[in-house]
Amino acid sequence: MILLLQYTLIFTSVLMLVALGGCFSEHSGVINIGLEGIMVFGALGGALVMKYLPASTAPALVFIIVTLAAMLTGVLYSLLLAVAAINFKADQTLVGTAMNLLGTAAATVIVKAINTAADSSNVSSEIMYVEAKKAFVISPGTEFSWFMVLAVVLLIASYVILYKTKFGLRLMACGEHPQAADSVGINVLKMRYAGVMISGLLGGLGGLVYITAGVSAWKFENGVAGFGFLALAVMIFGAWKPQRIALAALLFGLFRSLSNVYTGFQFLKNLNLPSTVYNMLPYIISLVVLALFSKNSAAPKAEGIPYDKGMR
Amino acid sequence: MQASKERSSLLRKPGFQTLLASLVCIILGVLVGYIALLIINPAGATEAIMDVLKNFWAYSKPEKQLKNFGVTLVTTAPLLMCSLSVLFAYKVGLFNIGAAGQYVAGAGASIFCALALHMPWYLCLIAAVLAGALLGAISGILKAYRNVNEVISCIMLNWISLYLVNTLLAPVKNPTGKDTFTITSQSAQSLLPTLGLNNVFNQKNVTLAIPLAILMCVLIWVLLNKTQLGYELRATGLNKNAAKYSGMRDRFNIILTMAIAGGLAGMGAAMLYLSDFEQWAVTQASVPAMGFNGIAAAFLGGLNPIGAIFSSYFIQHITRGGANVNMNMYCAQISDLISSVIIYMCSFVLFMKQFMNRRLDAKDNKKGGRNA
Repeated sequence: MILLLQYTLIFTSVLMLVALGGCFSEHSGVINIGLEGIMVFGALGGALVMKYLPASTAPALVFIIVTLAAMLTGVLYSLLLAVAAINFKADQTLVGTAMNLLGTAAATVIVKAINTAADSSNVSSEIMYVEAKKAFVISPGTEFSWFMVLAVVLLIASYVILYKTKFGLRLMACGEHPQAADSVGINVLKMRYAGVMISGLLGGLGGLVYITAGVSAWKFENGVAGFGFLALAVMIFGAWKPQRIALAALLFGLFRSLSNVYTGFQFLKNLNLPSTVYNMLPYIISLVVLALFSKNSAAPKAEGIPYDKGMR
Repeated sequence: MQASKERSSLLRKPGFQTLLASLVCIILGVLVGYIALLIINPAGATEAIMDVLKNFWAYSKPEKQLKNFGVTLVTTAPLLMCSLSVLFAYKVGLFNIGAAGQYVAGAGASIFCALALHMPWYLCLIAAVLAGALLGAISGILKAYRNVNEVISCIMLNWISLYLVNTLLAPVKNPTGKDTFTITSQSAQSLLPTLGLNNVFNQKNVTLAIPLAILMCVLIWVLLNKTQLGYELRATGLNKNAAKYSGMRDRFNIILTMAIAGGLAGMGAAMLYLSDFEQWAVTQASVPAMGFNGIAAAFLGGLNPIGAIFSSYFIQHITRGGANVNMNMYCAQISDLISSVIIYMCSFVLFMKQFMNRRLDAKDNKKGGRNA
């Protein structure tokens, strides 16, 4: 039971962070399919810093530095989307797909190059961070980590920023009707850059949380195994609203962890369902919800459309 | 004077511009790959990038060259089908990111029909097409009747089909590993006929799949450009409302398009798995990249069925070439890096064309001014 709780909370934190990232990007008017790639890069940034930090660093400092590194790499990587989609009016779905493929490919090349340079017989794409990871755990022996606290703080911050600040309301205006926003003096391009970069920040952090969940080494060849896409489902299921995204993430996180630990429950074991069913359920639920409610979708009206001043 | 006019009119041709833009994408992609190799280890970088670009030419013996050329072709066929799937849907204004999932469905159906039901190859192939088409049609129906964005529904269906196929194929898993049984060992009548191509390339996996994939390209080109249905579909893609106003069945067209696109991707999977080139790993936790690479090949080929033949081959050529690099210094994924940079650059193609046209306009204006 306690195991289920641990996994649920950690997966919920990951999904919530990444989905909130997607939420900022889409509210500014840019569809971010590339969350998966952003997560991989955030994870890579965090893992590399963990690898090279001296072992004597204070735990609190490790936590801060690693978190900032993951956020920073996430933001830098998200600029690939921002430049293409905002300045060059590229097809956002195409850019996102390219970013997902590039994320795993580039991370694998980088990690393998580092490993092979250290030892020419080592061709794995794995980074180990057994010691550094201990800095994130609240009480030793469990998986309850400070990231869960951070995720809740960022959830509240996201809500406040989106709905209670001038910046957030302007950002959302750019995703609903950019021409109208422009006419009252809002710089649409800047706002969209901000939206995409915030999604990079949260997505990168989410990637770091994901690779430190229950394991202390990561093979970058595997990317983040579809969590970026699952987060996209969470965002849609959460109707692009932070508070509902949190609930959606909790639900999806529960299913995801059930697929890992369902054998621990007698009544679920008796159902004799394969673990793939629990993996599939979140996607099926989102699809059904989409089918039922898409007619009056909560999606930002102007998302996916490059901003053109001349259009009305 | 006459010559320069002809040259500028060639530059203005959309087909030529597409070709030029694709070449720019390739050059930039290879350049990024080369820079990455230089950073990793400058000593062997030039040799490594040549290994990637040469692929089978890197071997000295002609029979080995031919064999590796054959292997490249075996993986080109499914990629070509996925890129056809993507470009066909794109012509009708739909972004089929679900080619990956439809490919998975096709793989599941064809392998199940072969290993569990021991069906002959043509039935396995048809089953794969139908499975892919069904998955595509679901996205189409959701789009047409429930206004669900096809990109979103396709992403969900990619993962649903992955887990479904993993469950479906678990009973035919080889107990000694995580892969399914080979088709050769269980059901030889399910293997695609080789038409003697296996002897030409001295590689048993070279089959009917390759000529069939090229035939499908021609058929799709004819369907899109020479038939009434193709005209209707393209019209729906260009302006859904106008098409509906002129009496075309917009909903039906959307569903049909996604079904055809899905069928193409499903057939692609059958081409690979019924050649017994590789087996399905029933524990795999991520959607195979073939469908996503299909997006790359479709855009690199300028969204043209004939262009897709060349772009699909090129992507598999460098992917295969990546396996030749010196593993003590570099890794095979350098090819994935190059092809993903190429797709990223493809998203700038529209901008490149606009830029080219603007430059040509400016030049013509200048010339016109001087003549006057």
